[in-house]
Amino acid sequence: MTDASMDTPRPRRAKTSLVSEDARTKKRNAAEKRFQAYGIAAIATGLFFLAVLAFSIVRSGLPAFTTTVVDVNFTLTQEQFDEAEGQLFKTKAYSGYFITALQKKLEAENVQVAFDEAAIERIMGKIGGTLREYYTANPDQLGQEVAFKLNASSRVDGYFKGRVQRETLQDSRFLTLADLDLVDALAEAGIVHSAFDWGFITGADSGVDNPGGAGIGASVVGSFFMMLVVLFLSLPIGVAASIYLEEFAPQNRWTDMIEVNISNLAAVPSIVFGILGLAVFIQFMHLPQSAPLVGGLVLTLMTLPTIIISTRASLKAVPPSIRDAALGVGASKMQSVFHHVLPLAMPGILTGTIIGLAQALGETAPLLLIGMVGFVARGYPDGFISGFTDPNSAMPAQIYTWAARADQAFYEKAWGGIIILLIFLLTMNIIAIILRRRFERRW
Amino acid sequence: MYDAPHTERDVDQQDIKISARKVQVYYGTTHAIKDVDCDIEDKTVTAFIGPSGCGKSTFLRCLNRMNDTIDVCRVEGDISIDGEDIYDKRVDPVQLRAKVGMVFQKPNPFPKSIYDNIAYGPRIHGLAKSKADLDEIVEKSLRRGAIWDEVKDRLDAPGTGLSGGQQQRLCIARAIATEPEVLLMDEPCSALDPIATSQVEELIDELRQDYSVVIVTHSMQQAARVSQKTAFFHLGNLVEFGDTGKIFTNPVDSRTESYITGRIG
Repeated sequence: MTDASMDTPRPRRAKTSLVSEDARTKKRNAAEKRFQAYGIAAIATGLFFLAVLAFSIVRSGLPAFTTTVVDVNFTLTQEQFDEAEGQLFKTKAYSGYFITALQKKLEAENVQVAFDEAAIERIMGKIGGTLREYYTANPDQLGQEVAFKLNASSRVDGYFKGRVQRETLQDSRFLTLADLDLVDALAEAGIVHSAFDWGFITGADSGVDNPGGAGIGASVVGSFFMMLVVLFLSLPIGVAASIYLEEFAPQNRWTDMIEVNISNLAAVPSIVFGILGLAVFIQFMHLPQSAPLVGGLVLTLMTLPTIIISTRASLKAVPPSIRDAALGVGASKMQSVFHHVLPLAMPGILTGTIIGLAQALGETAPLLLIGMVGFVARGYPDGFISGFTDPNSAMPAQIYTWAARADQAFYEKAWGGIIILLIFLLTMNIIAIILRRRFERRW
Repeated sequence: MYDAPHTERDVDQQDIKISARKVQVYYGTTHAIKDVDCDIEDKTVTAFIGPSGCGKSTFLRCLNRMNDTIDVCRVEGDISIDGEDIYDKRVDPVQLRAKVGMVFQKPNPFPKSIYDNIAYGPRIHGLAKSKADLDEIVEKSLRRGAIWDEVKDRLDAPGTGLSGGQQQRLCIARAIATEPEVLLMDEPCSALDPIATSQVEELIDELRQDYSVVIVTHSMQQAARVSQKTAFFHLGNLVEFGDTGKIFTNPVDSRTESYITGRIG
């Protein structure tokens, strides 16, 4: 039996042509094509969602960068000033002059519309007070024509941006249908129009009742000081820890445990770091609440694992032959690390650091717990030191605050804030790429 | 073709530079080097040959304590250079490595300029007092490394931009720039083509004037060409050690003969 089967020569493979695919090859090629199709489909889905996201952010956020302004050239004479100051209701007198001037202007433009002081106040705020404040501060401007640029109220702004519509508007003490007629008339006369809102980029947050005056500037400064703390703490600590673990520490149970813990820390939800920061930095160490210093410390804890992991990976990627070469000519361990290994690992370390910083920049949850959310930053810190210790907000926290407010106008501000935040993140990532390119060396 | 009838060369007796007694090396639980006794002479090229994994590289790395960098590696026994035990507690391996230079299997220049590659060792050991001193050391080392003429016009060019053979000669020049007394070479030609190999071999022969050179090689022809003494390692044992001529023509141990004639390996 066995002999016989051994004696029979194995049947030769059937002769096949090279130019035609056999069944197996066909199946294999089909599988390969299918796999590629899945890949392309996955990428296309990703790109589609990215495009939708970008489109919706830009569409919802762009209106935040413009505001509706009222442009009026107005002249107040010395006599009018004296007269107004002599009256009991001084601001009322000022708004009287303004309304008269406005009416004249509308007549000159041939626009027919009737309005009263209340309507004007609903549209552009307490004009009398504004004028009085201006002329008391600048008496030399009396008798000269002054171009006033007044911010329209947020509802009028909303009407211009399509947020407030005639059909759904109900007369209230904030805005009536008749006011909208006036606004249309003013727009026709070129007195009311849209303009780029620098206040949004440079300003501080306003109260809940004044969405038009809210800006993201102060919280950008808050984020900046936080990032300074994160950078100057997490980079040296993270790099030192990784160099020690990767190059010097013996391989034993302790270092294994530390390694596992670092990896686990990277996956800890950020809100846990927030509660830790609240307990340790604020309740135990009594650092100031809502301060960028505390925010920075908490975010440092969060960023450290990211930096350590990426630094260790880039140290590991340096070929061991470079270490051998340095040790071989009699360099000490530390010299071999600092003269040769670290420079080669630099691009990876920098990239990891910037990605860690970008992550920290967008983090909101830990800030919730240390009081950087809900605080209304009404101004900038006075100096460098108070930048760390004065209560402030941060960009994502500011966005969160706005999104939580009732007024629709804040919703728009939140989207605008997201655009600014994304611009910062994009810039940081581009810097990471540039640094990587610049420092990359071949060996 | 480079041709050196070393088998006929007469071998002068030199002073003992390195002396190893009862050396044992363990990698964790693996016993990699067993009971090796070996005397390496000054101003002599000593070749270590043997099949892969026989421990010749491991033994070489014991001579400048490069094995210290491997956590699981443990060395026992005595190795002394000029009568001083190099595994003594008081010995700083960094000082030792300045005295015992090393060239590795793969050319590994630093990703820096050719000048900085050579100057690095003298700089960290403080061998040069001035820039002029350093320039002189660099030139001298590159000349000794037989690569000066090829790189003298581009000392600022990266060392990694050279060809494989040039890189290896650069590494040899780098190793001798710190003025070592012993030069260890771990398969220095295994990544090189025959022309580069013959250049490096010529260089090794010249270096014999001043240094004690120990070379690990897989090529028996190379061992025969460049060395005066040959040690044959097999499975962690030093099987036979003697004059190169004798090892290749009239080995005592049957294992040596089998290896040299290509029956084991």
